[in-house]
Amino acid sequence: MSDATATRPASRGAGMLRRIDPAVAASFGCIVLLLLVGSLYSRSFLSPDYLLQQLKVASFLGVIATGMMLVILLGQIDLSVPWVVTSGAMMACAAAAHGTTGAILAIPCGILCGAAIGLLNGIGVAYLRIPSMIITLATNAVAQGLMVAYTGGFAPQDSASKAMRYLATGNAVPGLPNAVLAWAIIGGAAIWLLSRTTFGRAIYAIGNRERAAYLSGIDTRRITMLAFALSGALSAFGGVLLAGYASKAAQSMGDAYLLPSIAAVVLGGTHILGGRGSYLGTIAGVILITLLQSILSVMQISEAGRQLIYGAVIILMLLIYGRQKA
Amino acid sequence: MTEWRYWLAEQRGTLLAIGIFVAMFLIYATNHPAGFSANMVQTASNKATLLAFVAMAQAIVVITAGIDLSVGMILTLTNCLASWIVVGTATETALGVVGVLGTGILCGMINGAIVIFGRLQPIVTTIATGAMYYGVALMLRPNPGGAVNETLADALTGRLFGVLPTSLVALAATAVLIWVPYSCSVIGRAAFATGSSEVAAYMSGAPIRAAKFMAYTLAGLLSAIGGLFLTFFSYTGEAAYASGNAYTLFSIAAVVLGGVSLMGGRGSAIGAIFGALAFRTIGDLLFVFDFDPLWQPLFQGIVLMLAVSIGAFGLLRVRNRLEWFG
Repeated sequence: MSDATATRPASRGAGMLRRIDPAVAASFGCIVLLLLVGSLYSRSFLSPDYLLQQLKVASFLGVIATGMMLVILLGQIDLSVPWVVTSGAMMACAAAAHGTTGAILAIPCGILCGAAIGLLNGIGVAYLRIPSMIITLATNAVAQGLMVAYTGGFAPQDSASKAMRYLATGNAVPGLPNAVLAWAIIGGAAIWLLSRTTFGRAIYAIGNRERAAYLSGIDTRRITMLAFALSGALSAFGGVLLAGYASKAAQSMGDAYLLPSIAAVVLGGTHILGGRGSYLGTIAGVILITLLQSILSVMQISEAGRQLIYGAVIILMLLIYGRQKA
Repeated sequence: MTEWRYWLAEQRGTLLAIGIFVAMFLIYATNHPAGFSANMVQTASNKATLLAFVAMAQAIVVITAGIDLSVGMILTLTNCLASWIVVGTATETALGVVGVLGTGILCGMINGAIVIFGRLQPIVTTIATGAMYYGVALMLRPNPGGAVNETLADALTGRLFGVLPTSLVALAATAVLIWVPYSCSVIGRAAFATGSSEVAAYMSGAPIRAAKFMAYTLAGLLSAIGGLFLTFFSYTGEAAYASGNAYTLFSIAAVVLGGVSLMGGRGSAIGAIFGALAFRTIGDLLFVFDFDPLWQPLFQGIVLMLAVSIGAFGLLRVRNRLEWFG
C-alpha cells in the first residue's frame, strides 16, 4: 500500500499507468461502451443535458455507495441500506412538519437517525462480533418495524422541507445540480479519508487482516463501529436527497438501492472480501449502473425484463473481472 | 455414555430450537381465543410450513459456509409458475408439479454453478440471480392471478384423519426424504467438512465442489416446494417483491434460531425447521395478546435481533483476545 512510485518524479507517468486498477479501467471502458450503444439507439443520448441528468440521478446512488464502500473495504457488508434510506427520508420529512425549527433541523435529523442505526450495526459487528450480514438484516427489520409503526402502514403525509428540495433539485452553481455537488463533496471527502488519514489506512488494514491490524495497535473495533455509523449516515443522507427529489418519503423507496450500491462498489473493483479498492472505481461503478438502468428504461423494456437483464449483466461483468483468486 | 454426550453436544442447537418452539407454542395455544383445537393447529402449521421449507433450503447452504439470498425469489418464481401449470387433469397436474420442482432445481443449479465455477461470492451472486428470478416471476405474472388444481391444494392443506395437518406431514416427509439421506451421504459429510474448513476438506480429498453444488441445488428444490405450497394456500400466483424478500430474511432468522452456525459446518435442517416454526409462533403471539398488527414487523425485528445477539455470549468464554478475529 506504500506509494513508492509516487516519490520518484521521473517515473511518475509510468507509475500512474501502472497504478490504474484493471477493474477500474474495465468499468470506465464499459461506460464508454454503454454510451456508444445508447447513442446508436437515440441521438439525444450524448447530449450534455441528458448526461447531466444522468449524473444527477447517479449522485443519489453515489452517496449511498460511498457508505457501502467503507463497509465493504472492511470485509463486511451493510444490508440495512433499504430501510435506513427510508428512515432517513421519513424522519427528515417528519421533522420538516414541525414549523421553522423543524425545517432547519430536518436534514440533520434524518442523517442522525441513519447514523444511530449504523452505530447499532457497528456495535453488533465490532463489539458483539455478530456477522455483519446478519446484524444488518436484523437492524433493517427493526428499522422497517419502526417506520411501519410510525406511519401506520400508510404513505406518510409529511412533505420535504424547502432546504431538502433545494439540495436535491436546485442549482447553486449555474449548470451544476446541487445533488451532483453534494456527491462531489462527499466523494472528495471519502478520497481524502481513505488515502490521507490514519482512519482510512486502518480501514484497509482491517480489511486485509483484522488480526494483524489489531496487533499493530489499531483499535479495530472502534474503527469498524465508526465505519458502520458513517455508512448509516450516508445511506440516510441519500434518503434525504431522494425525499427532496420526490418532495416526499415513500414506504419502499430504499428497496431499489441495496443491490445497485453493492454492485456499484464491486463492479468498481473493490474486493468484496475487503482490503482492496479505490474510490475512483466506485465512481465508475455508480455511473455504470445508472447508465445501464437508464438505457434499459429508454429502450422501454418492462420492469420484468429490466430486472432480468440487470441481474444478468452484473453477474456477467463480475465473471469477466471480479473473480476471486483461486 | 461418552458417545451419547457427543451426540448431545452436536445436537445442542437443534434441541434448543425444539425447546424454544415448544415453549412458545404452549404460550400461544393456551392463550389462543379459540382454544387448543385441530383447526387452530392446522392454520398455524399451514402458515409456518412455508417458512420451514425455505429455512431448510437456507440451512443446507449455510452449512457449507455459503448463503443463498435468492431463496425468497425462487419461492416467488415457482409460485408464479405453479399458478400457470399446476392445473387440469391429474396427469397435467403431476407434470406441472414436476415442472415447478424442476425449475427450482434449475435455479439452484445456476446459483451453484456461478458460485463454484465462476468463483464469485455467494452473497453477491445470489442477490443478482435473485433479481433475475424476480424478473422471470414478473414476466409470468405481471398481475396477481392464476389458478391451481383445487383438489390437490385442498388435500395438501387440509387434515389427515381429521386431526393431523397434511402440510406438517408433507414437511416431515420432505425432511425424511431429502435431509436425512443427504446428511448421511458422502456429499453431505463433505458439505459439513467444507463449512468447517474448506482447506482441511480439500486436503482430505472431500468432494468440495460436488458438495457445494448439491447444497445450492437442494436449496433450489426446497424453495420450489415452498413455492408450490404457497400456491396451494393462496390459489394464486403473485410476483410480490416485498414478500419474497421477507421470506429470505426470515429464513436467515429461522436458521439462526434453529442453531445452525452462520460460520458453517454446524447445525441441521431439522433445527432450521423448528427455528422457522418458533419464529412464526413468536410473530403470531402478538395477535393472541391482541396487539395492534402494525407492531408486528417491529416485534419480529426485535426478536430477530435478540436471536442473532445470542451468539455474542460466546465472547465471554474467549480467553485470548485474538480469537475475536476468527
